[in-house]
Amino acid sequence: MAVPCAIVGSGNIGTDLMFKLLRSDVLDLRAVIGIDPDSEGLRMARERGLVGTPEGVDWLFGDDAGDIAIVFEATSAWVHRQNAPRYEEAGIRAIDLTPAKLGPAVVPTVNLDEHLDAPNVNMITCGGQATTPIVAAVRSVTDVPYAEIVSTVASKSAGPGTRQNIDEFTKTTSSCLVEVGGADHGKAIMILNPAEPPILMRNTVFCALPEGYDPDAVTDAILAMEKAVAAYVPGYHLTSPPVFDEGPFATPGGPAAARVITLIEVEGAADYFPPYAGNLDIMTAAATKVGEAVARHLMEVPA
Amino acid sequence: MSAVFRLTDSTLRDGSHALSHQFTVDQVRAVVRGLDAAGVPVIEVSHGDGLGGSSFNYGFSGTDEMHLLAAAVDEAEHAKIAVLLLPGIGIKEDLIRAHAVGATVARIATHCTEADISQQHIGLAKELGMEAVGFLMMSHMTPPEALLEEAKKMESYGADCVYVVDSAGAMTIDDARRRVATLKDHLECQVGIHAHNNLSLAVANSLAALEEGVDQVDGCTTGLGAGAGNCPTEVLVAACERSGYQTGVEPMSLVDVADDVVRPLKPTQGVIDGDGLMLGYAGVYGSFLLHARRAAERHGVDSKEILLELGRRQVVGGQEDMIIDVAVELERRAAEAQASQL
Repeated sequence: MAVPCAIVGSGNIGTDLMFKLLRSDVLDLRAVIGIDPDSEGLRMARERGLVGTPEGVDWLFGDDAGDIAIVFEATSAWVHRQNAPRYEEAGIRAIDLTPAKLGPAVVPTVNLDEHLDAPNVNMITCGGQATTPIVAAVRSVTDVPYAEIVSTVASKSAGPGTRQNIDEFTKTTSSCLVEVGGADHGKAIMILNPAEPPILMRNTVFCALPEGYDPDAVTDAILAMEKAVAAYVPGYHLTSPPVFDEGPFATPGGPAAARVITLIEVEGAADYFPPYAGNLDIMTAAATKVGEAVARHLMEVPA
Repeated sequence: MSAVFRLTDSTLRDGSHALSHQFTVDQVRAVVRGLDAAGVPVIEVSHGDGLGGSSFNYGFSGTDEMHLLAAAVDEAEHAKIAVLLLPGIGIKEDLIRAHAVGATVARIATHCTEADISQQHIGLAKELGMEAVGFLMMSHMTPPEALLEEAKKMESYGADCVYVVDSAGAMTIDDARRRVATLKDHLECQVGIHAHNNLSLAVANSLAALEEGVDQVDGCTTGLGAGAGNCPTEVLVAACERSGYQTGVEPMSLVDVADDVVRPLKPTQGVIDGDGLMLGYAGVYGSFLLHARRAAERHGVDSKEILLELGRRQVVGGQEDMIIDVAVELERRAAEAQASQL
């Protein structure tokens, strides 16, 4: 049994997501919805036997759509704000890959099961998906008065949406480090690197540590989390064991005795994007994971 | 006589790197008082990595930059106070706060190929009624024609001036001249140059830019700044006077500020040691210097090797975290080499 679903947005993200959803046992991808009749994404959807319609989101509420229960939004924050109330009214669950952040933030390895009944969940940002798990892992064994992340992506993998909304990226990611990661204070930094050939996505997570922390417990928690994320993002890995630096450090969360630095590289699965675009891969992989959890939940709970 | 270019002194911003972002309110007041009295028209004050730069990655500020900014605004009688902001590090709210405190010039910096991330911030600066300056960092990494395309974007967003920024101090005189000349030929707005001294060419490159008609030039008093330092303001002004360029600034007063106020903050400023030279030679972002030294010490590796590897990896400004990555890798390689000898 599988839950019928659709993707709204036939651009890069929507197309990469399509490949992942087609492999799912619990999600029955039926349609990719776009607005451009010449869209490459719609053509690829039709080639795979899906509906690939350029009619826009209205199609979803017409007679041809059938009983689609989950929609993945891969448009823009602005478009999602227009669409979200219509999904909710129609009883369709929304998994939002835009930075609109109308619903709670979900990171699969941290709070996958907390928002299974929410009408709308948000996938935050690629940087948030890559780094929040590490903050949560450290937080599971010690207080984290302050967490800071630096997310560097290849220029080629950052589209116009990200570029024109770079403040939204850093602010949304910072708040996720606190709300989902469990740090007391958070800061996110985003860098674009134009090197050729394009660099793999890099993320560095700094967690402030209080007096009396247990370095072995922190290391074990981080390494376990690396495995947990790699289970659905195979190219997610640390470039070295966690690095501990003794302080003191005067952080925005107060004085910290030490810090632990986690250096992460994310190689994409190359479903549709090239391998360097680990930032896009981790978003679509996380959305698939969340979609599957919601689907299982819908199948368990009678409507 | 009126000046042929506008001088911006960045001692209290770029110089912040050299002091690991530990400027105090009293130091800021003393520097602003001296520069203002000497006639320096624009003084930049921010964390070295711009507004919001206080962090693990770049170093935490000793004093909140808004307090430093307020002190500078209070002290300056004639000079405009400028701030730097790197989109991706600082956010619009930081610029709004800086404007509220009294900053009137917003310098918005991006890597030389990524000007489109500055659109919102340049737009905001103009909305706030500030002067907006586009700052194309690491300009040595892209050819003049490509740099021009990025500069045109910043101009189209509303920039009043676009700077050729030699963040790595890696430009030869010809590199600087060609970039400034290309921008001057094709932009309506003003053009500026921000030079670093890792190859001992900061003053020479600034003079070459002046020959091409550059409108704005940056310096830091004594050269206090990232890497081996910036174009030393007092040397620039003296050299300009001897070259026949009016600066509008009193050279002897600047020499006094340099010797009496800024030099004591870091007496070794001006020395181009091996690490400083490596930055210019490998084309690496100047503010990596002290971070690379600390990482070298922590991991028992050679700081010059770290800088050369960063150059090979084509890291850009802001990627200080890669210093740790490289240091850890060099440490591991050294351990492996040692193990294989046993």
